[in-house]
Amino acid sequence: MEDHTDDPRLGDLVLLKGNEAVCEGAIWAGCRFFFGYPITPQNQIPEMMSRRMPEVGGTYLQAESELAAISMVHGASSAGARAMTSSSSPGISLMQEGLSYLAGAELPCVVVNIQRGGPGLGNIAGAQSDYLQAVSGAHGDMFLPVYAPGSVQEIYDFVAEAFDTADRVRGPVIVLADAMLGQMTEAMRPRVDACPPAPEKPWATVGARNRAPNLITSLYTQPDSLAQHNRRIRARFESETRELCRADECLTEDADVILVSYGISSRSCQTACELLRESGVRTGLFRPTVVRPFPEARLAQLAARARLVVSVEMSLGQLVKDVRLAVQGRAPVTVLGRPGGTYSTSPEIAEFVVTTLQQMAS
Amino acid sequence: METMEKVAFSTPECMVDATMHYCPGCTHGIVHRLVAEAIDELGIREKCVGISPVGCAVYMYDYMNCDFIQAAHGRAPAVATGLSRALPETIVFTYQGDGDLAAIGTAEIVHAAARNERMTVIFVNNGIYGMTQGQYAPTTLIGQRTSTSPRGRSVEVEGYPIRVSEMLAALDGPTYIARAAVVSPPTVRQAKRAILRAFEAQVTYRGFGFVEVLSTCPTYWGMTPAEALKRAEEHVVPYYPLGELVDRRQGRETATRPE
Amino acid sequence: MPRIVVNEGRCRGCALCAEMCPKGVIDAETHLNRDGYHPARMADSATCTGCAICALMCPHVAIERVYR
Repeated sequence: MEDHTDDPRLGDLVLLKGNEAVCEGAIWAGCRFFFGYPITPQNQIPEMMSRRMPEVGGTYLQAESELAAISMVHGASSAGARAMTSSSSPGISLMQEGLSYLAGAELPCVVVNIQRGGPGLGNIAGAQSDYLQAVSGAHGDMFLPVYAPGSVQEIYDFVAEAFDTADRVRGPVIVLADAMLGQMTEAMRPRVDACPPAPEKPWATVGARNRAPNLITSLYTQPDSLAQHNRRIRARFESETRELCRADECLTEDADVILVSYGISSRSCQTACELLRESGVRTGLFRPTVVRPFPEARLAQLAARARLVVSVEMSLGQLVKDVRLAVQGRAPVTVLGRPGGTYSTSPEIAEFVVTTLQQMAS
Repeated sequence: METMEKVAFSTPECMVDATMHYCPGCTHGIVHRLVAEAIDELGIREKCVGISPVGCAVYMYDYMNCDFIQAAHGRAPAVATGLSRALPETIVFTYQGDGDLAAIGTAEIVHAAARNERMTVIFVNNGIYGMTQGQYAPTTLIGQRTSTSPRGRSVEVEGYPIRVSEMLAALDGPTYIARAAVVSPPTVRQAKRAILRAFEAQVTYRGFGFVEVLSTCPTYWGMTPAEALKRAEEHVVPYYPLGELVDRRQGRETATRPE
Repeated sequence: MPRIVVNEGRCRGCALCAEMCPKGVIDAETHLNRDGYHPARMADSATCTGCAICALMCPHVAIERVYR
């Protein structure tokens, strides 16, 4: 990363841990309410927030559980505040009900999942096995943006942007990272400009002074009215997330083998592309940085001229489902999935591609 | 001729000969041993099922020579309820820390106690979250500095600590509730008695027995093991008084639940 | 003859036994156990009374037996 930047919005390089970048990105975006509960590997987030929130005039409260934390977010968001919580896989499961309520009640918030091995108590190593949980949301017809950072800088940038996205879609936004991203330290540039102010929230429950009372609810007893509510939420999600169809591409211009990967596992994919090109296999990496909405159209284009698409992930095969849907049979799709907090190295990824191509040829 | 040696102490049978993972001076080991001794003395090892928490003691199942279940954070009393109702002759005990029981598990412990569930709860209270590296707990004392109360716990921001034993003692359900400590030889001996009675509440009186055991965490209190025992005696015990708060064992000799 | 038996492998050198012993008969070995701790050692067997307070307070069940 270069020392100098011309962009006046960006400050000098600093070294931050991923978990710390979560906090600083949120603070820049005007988040002043953090409710959390300790769970490894994201403890630095509540710990840093407990120090930083009072420094910026905000509130940190350690909830009695993740069940309580997501409900505290529900309250703060209802008051019109920018609020967030963070957790890791088992704690995110506890937050599912709350997330559904936030979505149904059209309440903005940001939830960070620093994924770990599962299911159940699992372990504390980084994993990507909550992908399907994240993109599905929770019960009901939920549509929520899901960011997938691949570096400490992206964690900062995406958490910061997530608050604006949440206000525009009026619902929860998930930032999906993992233990390795959370624990690693990298150089990054924080924002030094002022964050644009949050939009007005006339729907917030702040006291009915000179207006009819506001109601924040997810209960719509008549099926027709709930159906209308569901469609309205989805329509708003689609219109407000049009510019969120994003993916980073590496060496895809002439690629006929496409690796698809997000977050930390995309890093070994980059090197794998170089290794494969050394042996004549024109491989490129398609790295979604937002997985909901999923950048289907661009992946479909790349797949149309590919002879193989490989999903590389730290799970037994979750991202690959979206990949298959996007590719729609234009090219063979396979998955290199490593569960339980394990991951594939660049040589292993390259070898897998070569072996798969050989098997396809025979 | 050598005089006969009398054994003044030997490791309980219900403990596995394994090296425990706890920090040097962590009092979990003492409490595990007292539980094992109680199980040995009551002769119930083969009927026992322990339920381990999420917290430093999650690995208790590696150290105890009886069946074990690892429960979700805070849910051990609910898991114990399911097991106890399904197999009423099992002796089930939960072993929980202050995050597990007094934070996320507050609802579960209250309801198991209110139902006088046939179970024994060992609540290890060291006023801090150990496994996740030192955040404050519902039982952390006012003024105590932790990684999420860096300015010291204050009543204005974090509110008051919770006295769980007194809270549960307000319920009609529980058969036995006591608070003990493992911070000195006399308190360890009293803790052993309380733990035995909490098991008896289940074994003989078929009800809910609960012991809150004041413990130390030298690592996250930032002290040596001996200093930590001293802090517990001087600062923790005065806030959480020791003694038996509920003893309804007499008068509950007959089981009232249909088997 | 009162004495204690230390399981060196389990000892984590926390020294609570040494602190708590009313007769001060316990100190530490000069060698390390496999986990890198100096295990407890009964230094003065003549003075031990077999009271077992060391075993009572040991957090690691490293004092396996006490004879009186």
